[in-house]
Amino acid sequence: MTTVSETSPNVQTSVACPFCGILCDDLEISTGPSGLKVTKNGCSKAVAGFERQVSDAVPMIQGKPATLPEALREATRILSAARLPMYGGLGTDVDGIRAVMALADKSGGVVDHALSEGQYRNFKVLQSQGWFMTTLTEARNRADLFVVVGSDLHQLHPRFFERIVNPTVSMLSETPAKRTVVFLGNGLDTSGVSGTGIGDVITIPCALERVSEVLSALKAELKGAPLPGGEHAGVKADTITDLANRCRKAAYGVMVWAPPSLAFPNAELTVGLVSELVKEINVTSRFACLSLGGNEGAVSAGAVCSWQSGYPLRVSFASGKPDYDPLRYVIPKMLATGEGDALLWISSFTPDLGPPATTIPTIVLGTPGVKITGTPAVFIPVGTPGADHAGRIVRCDNVVTLPLRNLGRSTLPKVADLLAAIELAL
Amino acid sequence: MLIKFTGGTVYDPMHGVNGEVRDIYARDGKIVAAPPEGTRVDEEFNLKGRVVMAGAIDPHSHIGGGKVTIARMLMPEDHAGQEVARGDLERSGCGHAIPSTMTTGYRYAEMGYTAAFEPAMLPANARQAHLEMGDTPMIDKGAFVMLGNDDFFLRALAEKRDMSFIKDYIGWTMHASQAIAVKIVNPGGISAFKFNQRRLDLDEKHVHYQVTPRDIILTLARGMQEIGVTHPIHIHGCNLGTPGNDETTLATIKAAEGLPIHLTHIQFHSYGTEGDKKFSSGAARIAELLNQHKNVSIDVGQVLFGQTCTASGDSMRQYGNTASANPKKWVMMDIECDNGCGVVPMKYRDQSFVNALQWAIGLELFLLVDDPWRIFLTTDHPNGAPFYYYPHLIRLLMDKTFRKERLATIHPDAQMASILSTIDREYSLYDVAIMTRAGPARSLGLMDRGHLGPGASADITVYEDLDNREAMFQTSLFVFKNGNLIVRNGKVVKIVAGATHVARPQYDSAIEKPLKEYFDRYHTMQLGNFRISDDEIVASNCGHTGGECGCVIVQPTKARVS
Repeated sequence: MTTVSETSPNVQTSVACPFCGILCDDLEISTGPSGLKVTKNGCSKAVAGFERQVSDAVPMIQGKPATLPEALREATRILSAARLPMYGGLGTDVDGIRAVMALADKSGGVVDHALSEGQYRNFKVLQSQGWFMTTLTEARNRADLFVVVGSDLHQLHPRFFERIVNPTVSMLSETPAKRTVVFLGNGLDTSGVSGTGIGDVITIPCALERVSEVLSALKAELKGAPLPGGEHAGVKADTITDLANRCRKAAYGVMVWAPPSLAFPNAELTVGLVSELVKEINVTSRFACLSLGGNEGAVSAGAVCSWQSGYPLRVSFASGKPDYDPLRYVIPKMLATGEGDALLWISSFTPDLGPPATTIPTIVLGTPGVKITGTPAVFIPVGTPGADHAGRIVRCDNVVTLPLRNLGRSTLPKVADLLAAIELAL
Repeated sequence: MLIKFTGGTVYDPMHGVNGEVRDIYARDGKIVAAPPEGTRVDEEFNLKGRVVMAGAIDPHSHIGGGKVTIARMLMPEDHAGQEVARGDLERSGCGHAIPSTMTTGYRYAEMGYTAAFEPAMLPANARQAHLEMGDTPMIDKGAFVMLGNDDFFLRALAEKRDMSFIKDYIGWTMHASQAIAVKIVNPGGISAFKFNQRRLDLDEKHVHYQVTPRDIILTLARGMQEIGVTHPIHIHGCNLGTPGNDETTLATIKAAEGLPIHLTHIQFHSYGTEGDKKFSSGAARIAELLNQHKNVSIDVGQVLFGQTCTASGDSMRQYGNTASANPKKWVMMDIECDNGCGVVPMKYRDQSFVNALQWAIGLELFLLVDDPWRIFLTTDHPNGAPFYYYPHLIRLLMDKTFRKERLATIHPDAQMASILSTIDREYSLYDVAIMTRAGPARSLGLMDRGHLGPGASADITVYEDLDNREAMFQTSLFVFKNGNLIVRNGKVVKIVAGATHVARPQYDSAIEKPLKEYFDRYHTMQLGNFRISDDEIVASNCGHTGGECGCVIVQPTKARVS
């Protein structure tokens, strides 16, 4: 436990921030009786996440205050009575997901993360083609060309450009080549790219759902067989030729996207094209993909579910074995079609990740203030890993796992402990 | 609690016990000397006619860490039809080539294994590797941390930093990542690939750091010896899977200059270029040189036929293998200026000349290397085959009639290209006990594992003495972990967590100053967050899989030289 002095606030350094998938861990946060204050290296998401007041929430049954044991008993009763419980949201850390998996296995339930739709734009490509990926430190120190594919990275990850694209020194050189940054798509915020390390910044405007046409033309160009026609999705052939040349000449190019940004039908085809393009360039020179996203503990959920069940979420344990069906075990879809008869929803990071509206009995393990439509059968306020209790969380590149610290913001319980208690009682 | 294991036929090579009928006693999880006559025995197992060995130890099996989970994600079709139902005790799971973590633990235990070591833990990915191992119940775990492709090491070598600096860095990395040994994968090659070098032979220079794989191997071999870690540098050499790499392997053995080294999955590094297809066995030459070099130990990385999914840190060579991907998909990664990985599905077919000869080359190596203390039984799970094919492999080694029958079924040209039909050697139960127990324990420095003498952990496996050695090793009659009966008749009867073994060589903590500056300047992770505490490991080994807590066991190291 962190000791909090009444008079001088305690400042913690090297704090990891769980409020987006890139998990910056260089924050300084002061802890005091009035709450947490991000004093260094905080972005808007970090400030909103850490500085929120969470103290006044209590467990509720049908909207009425209850004790924690009563709420846990009621949650256990609902899950025992359910034929097909659904475990959704899953905004929690590694230990939280481990506890979800144990409970889903025991109760024969379905597991799916609230941001799975975005992650499945990637998983579908991974499972059918694979890819050549890189990671944050590798990109930061090696890349001389970033191609941002249809994703508003600055909005999702406010410090991505500062930490990965803008640095002026690298492991390999004190004077690395200036980085070229290409934004492919309409309306992408380029304001994060700045500084002496940056060379050309190019925007190629194009409707997001037509980015794949530009990528197809780029792939044809790289293969030495340019597509006929003067324009592709409104982008001039010369622009595509120029981009192809930049890709060929890059010492190490990176195509970056954030799956949540590619929110249009069949977006996995766009991700698939990026993968194929990068594979194509690697025949002669070096290039890699970099997928961001992974907010709300989504990467941890996908990773833990994969190592424990073999599959990245959208798994049902109803038969006693893991049954994988990424088209069927989609919780919003199951709710819409009346599959599943109880919902346990976890949102321990941000209040935005509320449960979908439903008439089936719903148990919410949520950070205080989590947006809920209607009255859930059970609400239990929970701590945020990295603010209210310690934990661990997997970064968007699926390589680095960061330790999350107990900053003593509140004494709200851990999701993992609550679920373990339910599992034991079930 | 005193347990007596009565009258079994005991194979305990650490104490020279070769098939003698003996009684063994265990008290409170440890093996003890025979108590005075009249001492009350709380529980007795009559093992007359049964074979008794220490629990088996797999010294090289990819069971935890990012690339294994990437392989799991990549291959849903490999899991389909291979789901394992939840039991009264066991969690559900699945998987053929790359089983889920809990299923991995159960399957190891059912075969009589009580420990397995993850040989390729990336420093950047160490926390996840320990989390996955923490979700692998029943067996003890440990990991070899990968060095030699990371920028910090390569620049230290390029700047000719003194040996004590290098040793401090090795020691610090082992502590911080909670490792028991150090591995090097394609020395310098993973890094070179990031600079668009497509091969790096033993004496080729890395374009950026201007160092050679030979420099890297020698430095790490010397460093490991001088910091007193028992397991020598664990080497996945240059040119994995490339015809002609037998020359590289021969040169690497000599390059060690007598320093202790371990060459891993040597089968994948024993390919010549003879014959119409320019692919031949280099096993005989390599085995001959190994027999002369007592400083070198190996594990084989046997190929067995069927679908698997290869997962390696060697992005350079795995990228070179992508044309053989089956099914046609793969993942490569450049990781954190630290390492890489390559995941390539592979289907080894007995009617493919190359695959069939790979199978034969592995067996030739097993049968031509004469000292079972220096050769360990591995398939480099999942790269040559899933680990639970071991019983089949043991039968191939112990039963020449069976082996020759199998040989007659593979691609005819591969039969002709192999000398396997001329080798009559059969492994004995004593040899198998060395290769799967005593040898790995001694090599890894596990003082209290792999033997049945007083003080050892009561990790004991009992088999029926069946003529069919595959059936015998498939289904253990009893497996005890720390004196607890965990498997009976090949079925899990009690869940335990298993411990994590580490080694902690001495280092000067002054190394943290340059390291901190380096992390602050270049990395996306803070030095303090990189370090994994004991509490994290213990918490990770607890509760998630059932059973009691798994602790951290610090195995002894020798005093550091200078």
